[in-house]
Amino acid sequence: MPKITMLQALNDALHLAMERDDDVVMLGEDIGKKGGVFGTTAGLHEKYGDMRVMDTPLSECGIIGTAVGMAVYGLRPVPEIQFQDFIFPGFDQIVSEMAKMRYRSGGHFTCPMVVRTPSGGGIRGGHYHSQSGEAYFAHTPGLRVVMPSTPREAKGLMLSAIFCDDPVIFLEPKALYRHGKEEVEDGFFTIDMDKARIARDGKDVTVVSWGAMVPICMDAANEAAEKGIDVEIIDMRSMLPWDAETVLESVRKTGRCIAVQEAPRTCSFASEIAATVAEKAVDSLEAPVGRVSGFDTPFPYTLEHVYKPDKKRVINAIEYVANWQ
Amino acid sequence: MSETEMLQVMDAPGKGKGKAPAGLKGDDLKAMFRAMFRTRLLDQRGMNLQRQGRIGFYVPSFGQEASQIGAGYAMQDQDILFPSYRVISIALLRNVDLNVIFNQAWGNAKDLCKGRQMPNHYAIPDIGWQSISSPIGTQISHAVGAARAAQIRGEDKISWAWFGDGGTSSNDFHAGMNFAGVWKSPCIFMCENNHWAISVPQEMQTASQSFAAKAVAYGMPGIRVDGNDVLAVYEACREARERAANGGGPTLIETVTFRMGPHSSSDDPSKYQAQELFEHWQEKDPIDRFRAWLKGKRLWTQKWEDELKEEMLAEIAAAVEAAESTPAPDVETLFDDVWAEVPPMLVEQREALLDQIRRSGDIEDTGGAFPL
Repeated sequence: MPKITMLQALNDALHLAMERDDDVVMLGEDIGKKGGVFGTTAGLHEKYGDMRVMDTPLSECGIIGTAVGMAVYGLRPVPEIQFQDFIFPGFDQIVSEMAKMRYRSGGHFTCPMVVRTPSGGGIRGGHYHSQSGEAYFAHTPGLRVVMPSTPREAKGLMLSAIFCDDPVIFLEPKALYRHGKEEVEDGFFTIDMDKARIARDGKDVTVVSWGAMVPICMDAANEAAEKGIDVEIIDMRSMLPWDAETVLESVRKTGRCIAVQEAPRTCSFASEIAATVAEKAVDSLEAPVGRVSGFDTPFPYTLEHVYKPDKKRVINAIEYVANWQ
Repeated sequence: MSETEMLQVMDAPGKGKGKAPAGLKGDDLKAMFRAMFRTRLLDQRGMNLQRQGRIGFYVPSFGQEASQIGAGYAMQDQDILFPSYRVISIALLRNVDLNVIFNQAWGNAKDLCKGRQMPNHYAIPDIGWQSISSPIGTQISHAVGAARAAQIRGEDKISWAWFGDGGTSSNDFHAGMNFAGVWKSPCIFMCENNHWAISVPQEMQTASQSFAAKAVAYGMPGIRVDGNDVLAVYEACREARERAANGGGPTLIETVTFRMGPHSSSDDPSKYQAQELFEHWQEKDPIDRFRAWLKGKRLWTQKWEDELKEEMLAEIAAAVEAAESTPAPDVETLFDDVWAEVPPMLVEQREALLDQIRRSGDIEDTGGAFPL
């Protein structure tokens, strides 16, 4: 099996999806000749032409709105929003239209589409190229919100998302685009979006995370192991719907839990995890549920490294709950 | 005029034919050239600093100097600017200190924006320069609101919104233009048609014959002007400002120009742009054109330009050195300016961070490079 980056894995998934089904089409800004500002759509325009790989006018509202129209017609559009921070002019189309189409039409119309968008920090992009907005979307019934954490995960989840009949917000952790390689199977395969992944087995502390924070948690877990703390890491994969059972099962084993995210703290997905664990696993808890997160500030430029949770912050939180008496 | 004709004053490529607009004296013309020329030097240095890895990002305005300075010269000091990230020339024209520019590029402790934004996203309150966003077009409706506010207070201030051909596809372009038409706002919409929205060419941005034509539907004049002819841009903007100041409402001005550099330091136009197209526009370089025109009017000498260059390079070098040797903002500043007062929830987060730093040392900066 070839070792590839997440960027290559996503590109591979998009090629496979377009090859498999003529109804899969892509649209967005700079996704054609340029192949996307990160290169995720490289080679698609050359292979499939203007009708299936469309460079659009500069309007996120237009990109998502027209994709909704294609989806209700019966296609499987995969619009790209260049940065998740730019998605908000299209937010009305996502929240009021795409997410509610199935429900409001009594199930007669659906939006089988995937809004791909790079998310999170790590590239010195200031707040308009770095935010983690998953909570905005996870608060919207009808959407699926997915974020992969490794190249193999990215490919399998993307193919699941494209051939899923629900609308998916697919958040690509841009910090991981070129962050290491992984062996990934050739050809078509899918990964179940509904099932969280145990990224590391452990018995002392449950760490729940997703996207670009997962490798940081893995590093922190390795260091915690040297201090005698055995950490279990759960990679959520999907934040809506989300696999609470895998989290609860782990907490029932470890009795201690932290959720780690890059997004600001208040009303975040980490908060949802903490609430659910408190609600359903309180008998197993031996320490308060912790949250490691970005701060409740906009994402900064110069002090990005201070804002984003790093290994040290994760280890401190692990030790805090592990040592709680 | 047909939809695709455009206003010109200087003959292209410029041999001194064409009359300077009324009111512009020799010193004015030289000041315009000076600002255009200084902008070019600043952009060259900015791109080099990024290539050397000394700043993280840069947006040049190569080729658009006339389009910007022509308008800048028609502005009045009290006017309000809602810029895009590609119009630093106007700050130079308004004699903004280069330290302001380079401190922002480094996002250091002296940066007016306190290191909060990427390079080129300035906020310069002294000259009415509003804070710049990366999302495209959002400033267009702000400009209309500010123009309305000036009407409400009865103040003689004109609001100027800057955007590109791509910006005309944004929600805020349509909303802003529509409101401005209805309110007869004293607002000028500067659409710099530089032919590219990163890799998307202008003909894929609109099926309209011109960007200026879009004004018709909003009930305002739309003027198409040769954006590489600084005098034509000035004249169109002067007229538009006069109209706005006299209650005549807004104007959309399309300056037809060309982005002679990449979208930003992270872009490589060779992937999508034919070399011949670049060369075609290189021959129309607005600085070369204005230089030739000024020379024809005996307002330019090589000696003068050499002096300008030497002076600007020295100013740049001093500002770069000062910015580079200024430390980053203090960690606790991260929590300021989110709200008027730092609320208890954020105080708690700040104290936890400072406590962690006291116990386990500074936070490592692992870097990261901007790819766009």
